[in-house]
Order: sequence, then C-alpha cells, then structure tokens
Amino acid sequence: MKFFKLPQQLVSLFILFFIIIVVFIIARRIFVPATFGVYGHYRASAIDTVKEQKINYAGAKACYECHDDIFETKSKSYHKDVSCEVCHGPSAKHVESGGDFAPEIPRQRDFCPVCHGYNPSRPTGFPQVIVAQHNPGKACISCHKPHDPTPPHTPESCSACHREIFSRKMVSHHYSLACTTCHTVPDEHLANPRLNQVGKPAAKEVCGQCHDKAAESDKEIPRVDIQTHGGRYLCWDCHYPHDPEVKT
Amino acid sequence: MNEGPDPSKGERPEDPSAQGEDCECQSRRDFLKSLVKTAASGFLLYTCGFERLLAEGAEAQGAAPHQYAMAIDIHKCIGCGRCVDACKKENKMPAEPHYFRTWVERYVTPVRGETQVDSPNGGMNGFPEIKEGEEVLKTFFVPKLCNHCENPPCVQVCPVGATFRTRDGVVLVDENYCVGCRYCIQACPYGARYMHPVKHVADKCTFCYHRITKGLLPACVEVCPTQARIFGEADAPQSPIRRFMRFNDFRVLKPELNTAPMVFYAGAGKEVR
Amino acid sequence: MFSGYIYPNEYELQWSLLIVLYPYLTGLVAGAFILASLERVFNVKALVVVYRLSLLTALAFLIVAPLPLLAHLGHPERALEMFLTPHLTSAMAMFGFVYAWYLLMVLLLEVWFDYRKDIVLWSRQKKGILRYIYLLMTLGVTDISEKAVRFDEKAGKFITIVGIPSAFLLHGYVGFIFGSVKANPWWSSVLMPIVFLFSAIVSGIAIVILIYIVTTLIRWKRPDMPCLNKLAEFLLYAMIIDFSLELLDFIHRLYESEESIHILSDLISNRLFISLIVTQIILGSLLPMAGIVLARFGRVHDEMRRILYFISAFLVQVGIFSIRWNVVIGGQLFSKSLRGLTVYKVELLGLEGLFMTFFLLMLPFVILYVLVKLLPPWTEPTHPA
Repeated sequence: MKFFKLPQQLVSLFILFFIIIVVFIIARRIFVPATFGVYGHYRASAIDTVKEQKINYAGAKACYECHDDIFETKSKSYHKDVSCEVCHGPSAKHVESGGDFAPEIPRQRDFCPVCHGYNPSRPTGFPQVIVAQHNPGKACISCHKPHDPTPPHTPESCSACHREIFSRKMVSHHYSLACTTCHTVPDEHLANPRLNQVGKPAAKEVCGQCHDKAAESDKEIPRVDIQTHGGRYLCWDCHYPHDPEVKT
Repeated sequence: MNEGPDPSKGERPEDPSAQGEDCECQSRRDFLKSLVKTAASGFLLYTCGFERLLAEGAEAQGAAPHQYAMAIDIHKCIGCGRCVDACKKENKMPAEPHYFRTWVERYVTPVRGETQVDSPNGGMNGFPEIKEGEEVLKTFFVPKLCNHCENPPCVQVCPVGATFRTRDGVVLVDENYCVGCRYCIQACPYGARYMHPVKHVADKCTFCYHRITKGLLPACVEVCPTQARIFGEADAPQSPIRRFMRFNDFRVLKPELNTAPMVFYAGAGKEVR
Repeated sequence: MFSGYIYPNEYELQWSLLIVLYPYLTGLVAGAFILASLERVFNVKALVVVYRLSLLTALAFLIVAPLPLLAHLGHPERALEMFLTPHLTSAMAMFGFVYAWYLLMVLLLEVWFDYRKDIVLWSRQKKGILRYIYLLMTLGVTDISEKAVRFDEKAGKFITIVGIPSAFLLHGYVGFIFGSVKANPWWSSVLMPIVFLFSAIVSGIAIVILIYIVTTLIRWKRPDMPCLNKLAEFLLYAMIIDFSLELLDFIHRLYESEESIHILSDLISNRLFISLIVTQIILGSLLPMAGIVLARFGRVHDEMRRILYFISAFLVQVGIFSIRWNVVIGGQLFSKSLRGLTVYKVELLGLEGLFMTFFLLMLPFVILYVLVKLLPPWTEPTHPA
C-alpha cells in the first residue's frame, strides 16, 4: 500500500508532533483552572475572590441602627445626605465589634473647610467661608453642630454661599449694589435654597433704572437708550451683571 | 465541524447518541461515518477543554441579574476629594500618589486660552488656588473612575482572560490569574487602570463589587456629601440612575471610541476627556 | 519634565525598554527569514552564500525574542496561561501560537530539512558527545539516499513557501498589537502592521549584511561581492518602500489633523526630536540610503564599497531601533487626556534596565555562535568573486 511508503522524515516528524500535541492536550486538562469558562472567558471563581474583599465602610444605615438619636437630628438638617463616615472615617470594625474601635471625631478647624473652605471651582450656592477671615482661631464646632449645622444666625450676606459671585462683584463697577437691588429673595431661600430660588430680572427696564438716558441716577453711570440699545438682546445676554465691563 | 454537536444546546459534546437518532434513515455506512466523526470532533474538543470556551456564547444570552451604572452630576461636585480618600481606604490601596481607582480633576477655562486641568494627588488633599493672572470664564470639578464599558477595550486585549465583564456589568481583574503584561492599561482610553506596585497585577475600580453585591453603595458614593455621585441599576425601572437620565442632559467620555461606558456625566462639557 | 495634565495613573510608564527590544528582535527574525526565502523560492542565486547564515540568524533571534516579554511580565510564572487559556480577541494571546507555529513548523523544520544530510554525515564522523547531539538531531532518520535528499529539497521549498506568509504574520501581528489600540492615537493606524513588516525586512537584511561581513573577516575569507551587492540592492528597495510608507503615515496624520494632532506635534517637537528626526529619519534612513546608492552604483573600489555597506547597514540598525523606540516609548510619552506629556527615565540596573537590554541584545549573537559551530553554514561562493 502507498500509505506505508511515507518518507522516513515525515514519519519521524509526525511522531514528534503527535507527542507535542498530546502533551499540550494533557497540559490543558491539568492546568486550565476548574471554573474557567463557566460564564465567559475567565475564572468564575475570581468573582468570589473579589466579593470576599473586606468591607471598611459600614454605610450610614448601619450607623443609624444604634445611633437613632443622631439620625433624628441629622435627618432634618442640612447634613441629612452627608453620610456618617464622611467625617468619622471607615467604621465597619466599630459596627462589627458592637461598639469598640471608636471612630475618629475630627474636631480641628482644618477639617470642615475640606468641603466648606472657599474654592471658586465649587458650584455656586454651596456654603463656603474664607477660613482665614471666618472667626479666626475658633473651632468650627464651637458655633456649628456638625449633625445639625444650621448657622447660629441667618447669613447676613449672600456671600456665605455665593462667594464666587460676591467676590467678582466686589471688584466690579457694581460693587456698591446690594444683591437685592436686582434679585428678589424669598425668606425660605435661606432655609431651603433649591426649592425657593431667588427672582431674577425679567426685563431691560431693571437695568434701565440706572442706565437709561432718562434715568434719575448718578451722572457718572454710563447711559444708553434702553429701548434701542442691543436690539432684540436683553442686557444680560451680553453684559455679565456681576462684572459688567469685564476687563478682557 | 458541521457534524459536531452544538455545545450551546447543552449537549455533552462527547456523547454521540443524540446524533444517532436522526440518522435512522441514512444508510448504515453513512451513519457509522457520522458517528465516528461526531465522536472524534467531540472528543477532540472535550480533550482540549475548548468546550468551555465555546460555552461562552450560550451563557451570555441568559438574563443578566443587574446592570450596574454610575452617574455623576458635575454641578454638584465640590471637589472635596472624600471619594478618592474613601476609595483608597476601602480598597486598601497603595498610598503613593500615582495609583488611583478614582480621582477628581479640576477644570479651569480662562477667558482666553486653553482649558487647564489638574489633579494634585488625585484631588484627595484639595486643590491649590487657581493661578493668578488669567480671568476665569468657568471652572468645575470632574470625578473620574473606571467607566465599566459595555464594550471594554481592556477586556478585549487581555491575553489570558484575567480581566472580564461580569454578567451584572462590572469590569473586574482576576488578581490570581493576571500575568501583568499591562496591555489592558495601554488599551484603556481613560487612564483608569494601573499596575499594582505590590501585587504586580493590573488593578482598577471594581464599583466596590464586594459592597454592591451585599446591598451597600460603592465607598465613593457612600461618602459623597453632595450626591454628585449616583449609583444604581441602569435597567431597573426604580433606580436613581433612571431618574438621573430622565432629567439630565448627560454624556459619556470619549464616545467616539465606541466603548459604551456605564458611567454617565451631567454637565461635563466637551473639554472633559 | 512633565508638562500639561496627565492622568494620575499615567505617571508610571507601562512598557519599558524591554518592549522596545521585543519588536526589534522579531523584526530581525522576520527580515532574515524573508531574505533566506528570496534564494529558496525566488531563485536569487547570488544569495545562496548567505542562505544558511540568514536561517540561523533568524533562529537565534527567534529564540531570544520572547525573553524581553517574559522579563517584563509582572508574573512571569503565569506566562503559560497564554497557551492554556488564550483569549481569542487578544492580539497578544495569539503571540504564543504564531510564535510556536513559526518556531516549530517553519524555522526549525526548514533548518532541519536543509541540514539533514549534513547532520547524518556528521553523526557518523564526529566523536564523543557531539556525535550524540547530531544523532539526536537526526530524529532517527538516517536515510540519505538521493531520493530522500531530493525529498528534503522539496519539503524545504514547501516550508519556505508556507514560511513567507508566516514571517509576514509574525511581524505584521506585532504591528497589530500596537496598531489596534484605539485608545492611543499615536499607535492606532492601519498602516502600523505594514510599516512594521517592511521595517522588519529592512532590519533583517541589514543584520545579515553585518553578520556576513564580520564573519568573513573573522574567517579570513573574502566576502562574495555579487552577494553583497545583491543584498545591498534588496536593502535599498525595502528601505525605499519602508520610508515611503512611514512618510505616507505621517502626511496622512498631518492632513487629517484630528483632535490628537496638537499633542502629537508637541510630542515630536519636544520629546522625540532626537530619536525621530535625527536618528530615525536622518541617520537611520536618508544617510544609509545615500551610502548604499553611492556604494552600489558609484564607481567605488570593492574595499570602500564593503566599508560603505557596513556603515550603512549599521546605521540602518540604529534607525530601526529608533523606530521601535519611537513607537513603543513615544506612544506612552503623552497623556491619553491629550493634554500633557510625561517622561521616561531609562533604568540602568534592574530587570528592565539598560544592562538587561544589552544582555538580551547580545544573547542572540552568542546563540548564533553556538549554532554556527554546530551547523556550519559556510558554502564557498559558486562564482568567482
């Protein structure tokens, strides 16, 4: 038969490759992890490894199970959405041990500014103070209760929350104007700002009170014909009222 | 291979009996032939262990239990860096400054010139004052993390199957299987992966998989004081993610790469990348 | 130093000097093999002198090629997972299979068939341990009848024909490893595998020229000029194609001017000026091309010609190494945020340092020395020099 007349070389090579392939197959059967490919191209047991990782943050729910009094206070305060462990640090050990491993209590003056220190990149409306000017030397907690941080008195200035706007206005031509010159501020805005937004001017005439050529105001104030100036655009479409003649 | 069993139907590939019943009408010779072929190909697949590789497709069709997602509202982020801090503490991460599963970037767009971005120590210790000189047009913070893409390039390139997307939509790393070739780090367009300096394997955000599977929130979401981070299931009707999507104009990062991220941003302009 | 913004996780460069070495080595393998196949398949008779030498060169470099990868892994002990559970969508996983195919089915087989008759003869002549080594290498096949030798010839030719696309695959896929990373605009390009392939051919021919000239010097033999001339010609053609392709890639990027163009321009003018403009383009491409043209087609004395060939081939190696550097390191010197540049500091010692790289670069030559001793590739020129 022709089959058996294969050249010697090929017979040797076939045997060699056969051995290699058999070794490969056996190696695969031995070394491929048991759970590989159960769900996809990975070890299914890897998921369990990840799941087994230790939890360090217990979650606010766990805190409130014992500290229901604090929950009571906090849930009505500005800090109702601030989880306990933001300030007190990871406390899973404290929860698991049933009270040991007391969580940290940051009382220093440098802690609260992590959130409430003035930073112009923070969204407007978020309460911020310039730490160096705000009751220097006093600990925050001597006036503000962290679990119910309602300020001891109503903020006198809008700058408490709108610092970025306030500081720009202070160096602009509008420095002498009070916020309320243009904005109407409902009383509830101070307690519940998002649900009680301030009123904003709706018509050109608000600016015209000072800037119209017929207005009875200081002579140095720039005047335009408020009816025709700017055509169909409203004043604030072009001028930024908090810094009207921007330098650049 | 036409003659071979279809592993997606759950047949044991080395079992030729299922095939045999259909072959009654055929000649005895044909039957024997197909029997041998079936057995041979089945045996080959089985011995190679490839039957489990083929099973992948079948499994993927099964109903997914969850589809986790995160939403981030730029308008609410105050850049306090508590998320970065909590992430490092929860996951016992290296303290050195250049390993982050999540970090916060600050964007400063001057009136003239290009947007400047910085993230000193991932934003964990706050941000220095904006450099004097340029008038600022706008400025905001953007928290970043692994996007847990539906079409993850990192998983695609992993040579051994040590990183994968779970059925509930979380991209994980198998630290006991990763060879540490760093190809996934190269393939991630978001810089979300790093080489763990002690374990010598790729490491990344897990959405705190050990927490979310026990009903807790990811650590960064838990500690976010302004609810700038929202976590939930993308496909559940009652989900904070659903509400976020309903009321916000949101986008994903680098959509042109078609990675289909599961982290959604509201208020992030095109300069965020 | 660092400039602009880079993602915090990008401070550490992921792929170091060793990964520069890896495509450089595989390039040499593919190039040297393709050169060998020119003689075998396309019957370029002038090259018969270097046929066996290029085969052994390819083999020596192929054995070393995976070592830098292995040394770079975070867990080298898990490397075999790439064979056990290869991820079919990963270009890197396919490395194992392309490599195994190329080593076992192409190079080793071709060397074996080519040398088989000699091996059998040596196994009869030599004494001591060498005899047993040769005996083992015969794989038990001792038939050197004319018919069997003719079969060797035919099998060798067949393997070479299979080997050419395999060599293309070997280096083309290395290009694909980089070219398919869509996250990286410096890498992501369809031209990447093709550019890699032609630069591989360039580097392979150049290394054979170098090795050939050096070995003839050592052996006090006169190099075969027709062969050298032919090698130089092929080198020139390959370089012209390679250079045009790279130029095309460059112009294409510049013309399309996508989002990434600003950072890539910064990258070239700030970080890669020396390695791209100076060493890759001027020193590594234009200068050697001019040198070869002068030596091959100018009226130059043979001695001068050899010197020019040698210098050009050496410069080509510098240029090709720069290409690998510019791709691998260059692609990691800018942030994927497209807002900043980072830096790479080469370590001196350590597993990924300069010494290790140098060692791995020298290792193929040691292996080649052993191979040459074991399987002498020398054939005397068939035509007068």
